[in-house]
Amino acid sequence: MRIARGGFLLACAFRADSGALALFGPSGSGKSTVLELIAGRLRPDAGFVRVDGETLVDVERGVFVPPHRRRVGMVFQDSLLFPHLSVRANLMFGRAFARGRRPVEPDAVIAMLGIGHLLQRRPAGLSGGERQRVAIGRALLSAPRLLLLDEPLAALDFERRQEIMPYVARLRDELAWPLVYVSHAIDEVARVAREVVVLEEGRVVAAGAPQDVLAPLHAPGAQGRFGAVSVIEARILGHDADYGLTMLEHPAGPISLPGTIGRPGDLHRLLVRATDVALAVQRPRDVSFRTVLLGTIRDVEIDDGPLARVEIALRGGGRLVSLVTRKAIDDLALDVGDDVFAMVKATALDERSMAYGPRVR
Amino acid sequence: MIALGPDEWEALRLSLKVAAVATLAALPLAIGVALLLARGRFPGRTLLDALVHLPLVLPPVVTGYLLLLAFGRRGPVGAWLEASLGIVLSFRWTGAALACAVMGFPLMVRAIRLSIESIDRRLEFAAGTLGAHPAWVFASVTLPLALPGVLAGAVLCFAKALGEFGATITFVSSIPGETRTLPAAIYAATQTPGGDPTALRLTAVAVLVSLLALAVSEWLARRVRRAVGGRE
Repeated sequence: MRIARGGFLLACAFRADSGALALFGPSGSGKSTVLELIAGRLRPDAGFVRVDGETLVDVERGVFVPPHRRRVGMVFQDSLLFPHLSVRANLMFGRAFARGRRPVEPDAVIAMLGIGHLLQRRPAGLSGGERQRVAIGRALLSAPRLLLLDEPLAALDFERRQEIMPYVARLRDELAWPLVYVSHAIDEVARVAREVVVLEEGRVVAAGAPQDVLAPLHAPGAQGRFGAVSVIEARILGHDADYGLTMLEHPAGPISLPGTIGRPGDLHRLLVRATDVALAVQRPRDVSFRTVLLGTIRDVEIDDGPLARVEIALRGGGRLVSLVTRKAIDDLALDVGDDVFAMVKATALDERSMAYGPRVR
Repeated sequence: MIALGPDEWEALRLSLKVAAVATLAALPLAIGVALLLARGRFPGRTLLDALVHLPLVLPPVVTGYLLLLAFGRRGPVGAWLEASLGIVLSFRWTGAALACAVMGFPLMVRAIRLSIESIDRRLEFAAGTLGAHPAWVFASVTLPLALPGVLAGAVLCFAKALGEFGATITFVSSIPGETRTLPAAIYAATQTPGGDPTALRLTAVAVLVSLLALAVSEWLARRVRRAVGGRE
């Protein structure tokens, strides 16, 4: 589909079947515009939108289904709860229009979101996190066939984000609700998405599985280095009850996670900050790192700054990005094609990154 | 306490009736026009806006005279109304109500329009994504959120109607018991030798009624704000 607004041109085409698509990109890349096109707030200049085989918009064929008949639910960054209605009335707003659809049990949704104690309250009296949970429940109870989440956590602080993320994961895994998640935060995208479409300036620059497309593309500046993250997938091997660890296996080597999570055999997705990856040219001995992954340097990017970005193709698949100093590159004489051992501190891994749902191949 | 004569009671009663009927009759139309002006994008919108505001800037006598020309028994609208529906407005209290409604209409539309314009339109879009038809969105989201403005508009219109003099007296004259409202009665009293005590009593009543209306509207506004604003 294509749409021009002012000086901004959005032209993108993609399809998604996994049930959990994330649109990822910086502010102004057109992510929210895509959602507004799907929800029907905007009309494209050309192109089409299809959901579940039904055409919602097709400019060439003159089809435009009005928003209220699209059955596309939406959760907004600022929740947009109706201020004059109680939480209960907000939740039930879309229910009258949901007849004859996949039934959604209010009690189950209210319990899942943990908002039972808020029902009599007004939106103005809720915290940001509570508001977003109610907004998710409100959208769910209208029984949409597709749920759009537009930066649902962007207005929340770190703790609140951690509070909401598990609910989004349950939406995806327990209810298997098809969703499109828009965010510019790589950690959110990595935790929610089964597939990712990366947008920049209104165009698709990458699309695919999170571990393939979610890696910093360029060496970030010295200040921006903490946002550089890569995603790897590993299978849970078992738990070490004595030490409270979860052991995972990756073809490139073992991975330790603090805390006991998941079940043996589950696929788990890990977020690894590039600043937490150290490199060694020989198998390290007598170090505290429990996670040592073998790989081959695929790319070294250096600019005038003090940092270098090293991209490592892990043995057995997967991509890991490490940020080291330019000096370290020279001291170790690292170059493309070299085998390296990538070391990750277990304590730097967030055990709350989410396990996969059952729908993944 | 002020002791009122039967004529004076009649004037007060008539004034309240005319103002109430004018306000209630104008309200639905005012909401419609306010919505049109706030949200509509159509040719002639500026013209409609100007037309609505005309009674605010025209001398009331002119408005009254125009009403007389249109709604008088020989006027085009008035003749049609009498022939088809049997409704006569000229020199009746219903005509006074019409004059008051026309005079209060711009104030009403203005207040309602402002409150509609201050509503976050994305709230309405959100209601749409939940499956609500635009008409239901208006009834369940837009209108309740605009309620403070609707109320303010109604109060303004009521107050204007209570004080309306020029257009009313031009259109329907000042017939005791039929069209002699409070202001008309005060004016009549001041024109009558020895009418000063009557004029004073009625003036006191007007002040009292106005104060009461203000107090009631303030109280209502606070209740509505609490209901709509949602702060606990």
